[in-house]
Amino acid sequence: MHSIAEAATQALGLVAAADPKLVDIVLLSLRVSLAAVLIGCTIGLPLGAAIAVNRFRGRRTLIVILNGLMGLPSVVVGLVVYLLLSRAGPLGAWGILFTPLAMVIAQAILITPTIAALSRQAVSDAWEEYSEQLRSLGETRLGAVTTLLWDLRFSLVTIVLAGFGRAASEVGAVMIVGGNIDGVTRVMTTSIALETSKGDLPLALGLGLILLAVVLGLNAGAYIVKETAQRRYG
Amino acid sequence: MSRRTFVVLAAAIAASAATAQGSYITLASTTSTEQSGLFGHVLPIFTRKTGVEVRVVALGTGQALDLARRGDADVVFVHAKAAEEKFLAEGQGVKRYPVMYNDFVLIGPKRDPARIAGGKDIVEALKKIRSAQAPFVSRGDKSGTHMAELDLWKDAGIELDKAKGPWYRDTGQGMGPALNTASSMNAYLLADRGTWLAFRNRGDLAILVEGDKRLHNQYGVMLVNPDRHPTVKKDLGQAFIDWLVSPDGQKAIADYRIGGEQLFFPNAGQEGA
Amino acid sequence: MRAAPALLPLALDGVAFDAGARHIIRGISTTLDAGPRTVILGANGAGKSVLLRLCHGLLLPTAGTVRWNAPEAPGGPRQQAMVFQRPVMLRRSALGNVTYALKRNGLPYPERRARALEALRTVGLEAFAGHAARVLSGGEQQRLALARVWALHPQILFLDEPTASLDPGATHEIERVIGALHAAGTKIVMVTHNLGQAHRLADEILFLHDGRLVERAPADRFLKRPASREAAVFLEGELPW
Repeated sequence: MHSIAEAATQALGLVAAADPKLVDIVLLSLRVSLAAVLIGCTIGLPLGAAIAVNRFRGRRTLIVILNGLMGLPSVVVGLVVYLLLSRAGPLGAWGILFTPLAMVIAQAILITPTIAALSRQAVSDAWEEYSEQLRSLGETRLGAVTTLLWDLRFSLVTIVLAGFGRAASEVGAVMIVGGNIDGVTRVMTTSIALETSKGDLPLALGLGLILLAVVLGLNAGAYIVKETAQRRYG
Repeated sequence: MSRRTFVVLAAAIAASAATAQGSYITLASTTSTEQSGLFGHVLPIFTRKTGVEVRVVALGTGQALDLARRGDADVVFVHAKAAEEKFLAEGQGVKRYPVMYNDFVLIGPKRDPARIAGGKDIVEALKKIRSAQAPFVSRGDKSGTHMAELDLWKDAGIELDKAKGPWYRDTGQGMGPALNTASSMNAYLLADRGTWLAFRNRGDLAILVEGDKRLHNQYGVMLVNPDRHPTVKKDLGQAFIDWLVSPDGQKAIADYRIGGEQLFFPNAGQEGA
Repeated sequence: MRAAPALLPLALDGVAFDAGARHIIRGISTTLDAGPRTVILGANGAGKSVLLRLCHGLLLPTAGTVRWNAPEAPGGPRQQAMVFQRPVMLRRSALGNVTYALKRNGLPYPERRARALEALRTVGLEAFAGHAARVLSGGEQQRLALARVWALHPQILFLDEPTASLDPGATHEIERVIGALHAAGTKIVMVTHNLGQAHRLADEILFLHDGRLVERAPADRFLKRPASREAAVFLEGELPW
């Protein structure tokens, strides 16, 4: 119990001192995870919506697979992306292993199925309500995807936050494809892992508290935006 | 927020994540070396001198060499002479330069169930641990430390496969996590002095056996063979190696201390190291 | 939108619809012409809603054909519209819901706003233009649905029990707008349970029983002296309003 108190003190001390290394690490974590969320949404939201409103052979199998991929272990994703980006691998010529870009790619792969699966569910439910009216108005399947995604924007915020949470909290993928290089690819989660293995548990826990605070803060902000907008549009 | 603002912001985030890169080399090294804090002290000196950044990917020795075999590193800096020479024999490295040495120490709980504290003979100590079936944590991860540990069991005439029991905990972890495990189990383990000095979660552990010549731990550095891996930055890599074995680099290594105690002893150019 | 070729008359030829083993529509052949307001009556389960959806194209018949005089250009502006029992509104303002339909129909931006505001005025909702559509009352939302229809000026409007969930005041408003649409040239095809409403709005009645078109007659004659036995039984059983 008292190591948590010690950790909280360490955390406050770090934040108060605005340790530049810590600031860099936090900013890098945010940049990587937010970029991954962006990619995840750009691919996942339309994909989920398209599966929801279209009928095609193998649709149910695809839904099952998508739902299953939500449970992709991050370390497996890291390993696969590493093998792809390694110099000895097919995409080695890109030379992006051990860079933040590799981490973004790995996290994007990790969270896109989650975003797609959850948005598929949300859009399916809405499609039940909307489909006759939208088709009556002459809406195409493609048009319906855009219209529904925009109409469901408040529910989608929660889905996006779920994706961000998964990205920001994972350590397995970014450790392998990033290499936890000091000053280059060291993020909050890999820092915590490093300090833990160095035995500096209070510092590790302190960093953990800071990470938690950052993620919670982002969630709170998104929630407030969502609530105010939702009140306007029902 | 208008849709256009959102798009611009999004693009900026994505672009900033894929940062532009100055000149740098990728150094594959070991977790124990990194966790001792040596790199934090020594590498900035090199970067200040040459403007070349050294990016360290820290893994176990075996993994570091495997990383190099895939061409994902420019230089390797590990401490397992036999594995390094095998690496050279495969044609994966250009030349091995001895750089520095430190020693291993046998860590254990202060109450010492195997009664080895203060001894100077590592082989005797291991035999006693085995007879007492006292808990012993092994790194089990093909690291330099792990390979040294296995050699010492062999020297003690103990066949691990047969002797292994619940007392021998093969964790498959880096030096730090293994120390954490030993600390929470009050177990014995073999550690390099550098990581031990930097380690903060000692619990009830202390150095029980040290100074045996067999505990000598030699570090070597090699350039990954550019003939095998054309993307290796051979000029920058060689520049780093040259600096590391130069008087400048050797002094930087010798200057690194924790609590006033020197961790690594430079010995570049030493015959047979 | 008036420049599009005339959709009507709509010819149904042996149209049938099965849902699994159930025969919901069993062979209906008839023609809907431009002009008279057509009301479809029948007991629950007679197939009225399904028939409406078959005409509108939301469902495809399992047998027979639904043929328009001139088919709509695919991807072009819609010449048909439908109002459902429960209005479906997007999470936008009232004005936004109408402009959405106009945008889908290819109208350029400045005209969309003007036409949408005019439509809202016609149904008496101009004060709610900026309000979120989904927080309006049931009656207001149904009026908004009709405003959306009005803005589109379709050649034919299908209505599926549009006032079933509304109070008499709101019902009266809806009927007024339907009348205005008819006066402006839109063919009305409506399903209702409300005999009084049928009385007020219908020019002709199509009576369905058990998936078949049993009787078709001018509204006055049907409601006073139905020719078929099923219709007589039905009219007796239905509540008078």
